Amino acid sequence: MTDKPERDAVTGVDTTGHEWDGVKELDNPLPRWWLYIFYASIAAAVIYWVLMPAWPLLNSYTPGVLGFSDRRNVAAEIESLEGARAPMFERLASASSADLARDPELQQFARAAGESVFGDYCRTCHGAGGAGAPGYPVLADDVWIWGGSLAEIEHTLRVGVRADHPDTRMSQMPAFGRDNLLSRDQIGDVTEYVISVSAARRRIEPNAAAAARGAIVYGEQCAVCHGASGAGDRNVGAPSLQDDLWLYGGSREEIRRQVELGRSGVMPSWERRFDAGTLRALAYYVHQMGGGEADLPPAPAEPAPPAAPAPE
Amino acid sequence: MGVTTLIPRRPDSDLEVDARAVNSRAARALYKKREQIYPKLARGLFRNVKWAAMIVLLTIYYVTPWLRWDRGVGRPDQAVLVDFDHGRFYFFFIELWPQEVYYITGLLILAAFGIFLSSALFGRIWCGYACPQTVWTDLYIYVERLIEGDRNERMRLDKAPLSWGKAGKKASKHALWLIIAAATGGAWVFYFADAPTLFAAIFSGTASASAYLFIGLLTFTTYALAGTMREQVCTYMCPWPRIQAAMMDKDALSVAYRVDRGEPRGAHKKGQSWEGRGDCIDCRQCVAVCPQGIDIRDGDQLECINCALCIDACDAIMTKVGRPKGLIAYDSYANQTRRAQGKVARIRLVRPRTILYGALFALVGALMIYGLASRQTLDANVIRDRSPPFVRLADGSMRNDYELKLINMSAAPRRVSISVEGLEGAHLQAPDLGAAGAVVAVASADGVTNVRLHVAAPAGVLPGSHDIRFTVRDLESGETATSASAFLAGGER
Repeated sequence: MTDKPERDAVTGVDTTGHEWDGVKELDNPLPRWWLYIFYASIAAAVIYWVLMPAWPLLNSYTPGVLGFSDRRNVAAEIESLEGARAPMFERLASASSADLARDPELQQFARAAGESVFGDYCRTCHGAGGAGAPGYPVLADDVWIWGGSLAEIEHTLRVGVRADHPDTRMSQMPAFGRDNLLSRDQIGDVTEYVISVSAARRRIEPNAAAAARGAIVYGEQCAVCHGASGAGDRNVGAPSLQDDLWLYGGSREEIRRQVELGRSGVMPSWERRFDAGTLRALAYYVHQMGGGEADLPPAPAEPAPPAAPAPE
Repeated sequence: MGVTTLIPRRPDSDLEVDARAVNSRAARALYKKREQIYPKLARGLFRNVKWAAMIVLLTIYYVTPWLRWDRGVGRPDQAVLVDFDHGRFYFFFIELWPQEVYYITGLLILAAFGIFLSSALFGRIWCGYACPQTVWTDLYIYVERLIEGDRNERMRLDKAPLSWGKAGKKASKHALWLIIAAATGGAWVFYFADAPTLFAAIFSGTASASAYLFIGLLTFTTYALAGTMREQVCTYMCPWPRIQAAMMDKDALSVAYRVDRGEPRGAHKKGQSWEGRGDCIDCRQCVAVCPQGIDIRDGDQLECINCALCIDACDAIMTKVGRPKGLIAYDSYANQTRRAQGKVARIRLVRPRTILYGALFALVGALMIYGLASRQTLDANVIRDRSPPFVRLADGSMRNDYELKLINMSAAPRRVSISVEGLEGAHLQAPDLGAAGAVVAVASADGVTNVRLHVAAPAGVLPGSHDIRFTVRDLESGETATSASAFLAGGER
């Protein structure tokens, strides 16, 4: 630092007096255009404070004379969007599944709306595209615990499974092992029997003697719900045991654990959360994932794979 | 500065000019304020060709959006239309969709080879006659001449002190320029929307903001480029003069001064002998007419756009003084060398280079025509669902899900059958269409139809990825389109 500004010999301009490793800075005046832009920016900031929400106050903020509000804009946008969609949702809510089958525009709307809601509320457990997860049923396949027609799916959505709805879908498999209803040996035997009646026998060799003993236990304890042949019963939410699809895993050990523990999952009732149109859209989206079944009463000819009773 | 002329004075002031080559090598500095160029009106063959080219090109530009072409109900009837809103490009009988943008690439390649070929044959013929910069500058100079008069009057006007007359002339010139500029911008936006509708909307103030923006933008660029910047665009902004040299060889024709015939130049008195001197009488008419402000007698120059107006100017003078025309003419470098060696000059248009450029041009053109002629109006894209990767079904079979995008680029809906190959025993189903087996869908007209597809493979399908192929076939015309995809099968868990 020097007292008197040092003058640069080449340019004839004073330096700032600072020196950084031999590099000095010339004390040139600011370019006029730069200065004017700087002043203009300051003026613009003041104008902005007046026009737009700007300064925080203790409990609120200065709202600005234009009355701009992002929050209100979003609310208005959502409202206008809901208004635009409302007629389609109304049409959807009052459409029968036959109406829906005839109306590609309605199908497309239902699929898009259903996919969106599914992504927000259902995918966490049931997986993207209804891929399912251990303990959470696959929705894309053709087996259903409570029925796979559009009406049945919608009803399940409305009342939930083991939920707080008065008409909720309810079934309870006993925990045969944990609650000492069956002995370890009996559980082993019934496991062998279940494998022997299911399609899993193609990959797991059941113990024939144990399976024969297990058949008796099965007849006493399991056939009430799962049926004498293991075909299951959708009325009581008992999955079919004949196929090779398992909600809690299809290995010998996993099947045995399910007999021991009788696990069962829970799905909330969505009736209070969604309006009728949204429920219909969601049901349609799940129905069209691949395993949707025809409505039962009119029973239109659908040569799709026979509606195999749910095993899971 | 002053050029002493020994030509007898005549009332015809054409022969007496004080012209300076402001962009000549000697006068050229690294940084310099632009000097105004006052191109004098040339008369002759090339000026007429340029007038004709200007009229034809401007007509094409301004009229094309107004041409109509019937495409049927509900579709635009504008012959040439770039419809960004609906993603379509219409050109008379051709209709292109966004995925066919490669035709535009083909067009650009064609344009590139075309300009290569024309350069190898005739030098900067594009610059001199067809470039929008040249055409609009020519038009602006025409307006300028109409209002302010020819070269000498314009120079006098610019030197004169400001008066009502001068202000009036200048104001009306700029007003006319602005009107032309606005019309140029206006015509541009008509290529992107229905012209009559947009025309009405523009004047009623209801056109889109982008329409006004582009009109404003093109008004500004037209006015600036053709009115005030002119030759600077060619000299400083355009890359073509630099690229140009690579396409030309010693046989390419370009506007050139015949040094062997013209030199030594000098003033010439009527009746004086032409023995022992060149034909150039140094009248500087070639400089006076040059819109680029150069002296062609300095040889090939970056600034020269080969507009050939100096040929017209020189030919007129040569006729007047009774010498053969062609002192400035389309000539090649090879000819100049041959003449210097005392050989006969000859023009060689057919050379390996021009044959190659011509062949490439023809090849790309043929490919484009073939592509357009054999263009399919049916296309299929299959997108495999990624979740779930596969679904096990109750009967032990395995299912994959797909979305078929059925693209129908024709005006009528079409019934198509969908089939899948490449997977033993595969069962195709479109749940929305109901029937299984032979899946038949309706591809809606002029649009994309989504069809959800399920493909099931029987129990025992090998785990892993299987290459499969979907085929879509028009039931009436038999036109087919295919899309490759994969079938993923899980193992025995």
